[in-house]
Amino acid sequence: MEHQYESVVVLTPVMTEDQVKETINKYRAFLEKGGATIVHQQNWGLTKMAYQIQNKGTAYYTVLEYKAPTDLVSKFEVQLKRDESVLRFLSIVLDKHAVSYNQRRRNGELKSQQPKKAEA
Amino acid sequence: MAKPNTHNNSNSIYPFSQTDANAGKKKYCRFKKSGIEYIDYKDPEFLKKFLNEQGKILPRRITGTSLKFQRKVAQAVKRGRHIGVLPFVADNFKGDN
Repeated sequence: MEHQYESVVVLTPVMTEDQVKETINKYRAFLEKGGATIVHQQNWGLTKMAYQIQNKGTAYYTVLEYKAPTDLVSKFEVQLKRDESVLRFLSIVLDKHAVSYNQRRRNGELKSQQPKKAEA
Repeated sequence: MAKPNTHNNSNSIYPFSQTDANAGKKKYCRFKKSGIEYIDYKDPEFLKKFLNEQGKILPRRITGTSLKFQRKVAQAVKRGRHIGVLPFVADNFKGDN
């Protein structure tokens, strides 16, 4: 039974925009090859963090929502661990309330907003 | 010798603490009332309502949330802290909300 997962990937700010795109596309390709279907991707761009991670105050945030077989997520996380440009990542499984919440947020019914954009 | 009433001085720590004025007001769980089922860990503005100035999670007796949603709030806050959206420790980072 394929669960829906949501992964937040925090990338180092010491990269250009297209490098960020390229890394994210690399991970998307990895997921698709493993049999996952990407439901939604959300880029927050350069965002100010609440505290410094590895002496960096801002980072590129990307939220990936995907349906995947159960064993793919751990492989995906091994890839993320290996990549130095990834400061932090967090992947969770979405229950039905979470899935409907994300659906409603995409349709614009909810007014929740992401953290403040960093003035680069 | 009467038991010293130590309860009152603890009120000064929490911002919107249980003063005698609104002691009679029935506290309610905002999630049950508004029917929210999922608490998004990526939305710091909403989660800040459940944190005090130092960024600590407020107890249920102050916010009045039910046990089920207090656990969800706590989990969401901890996830938010992990990905750097919420601070682990802060000195009045929230401003006044």
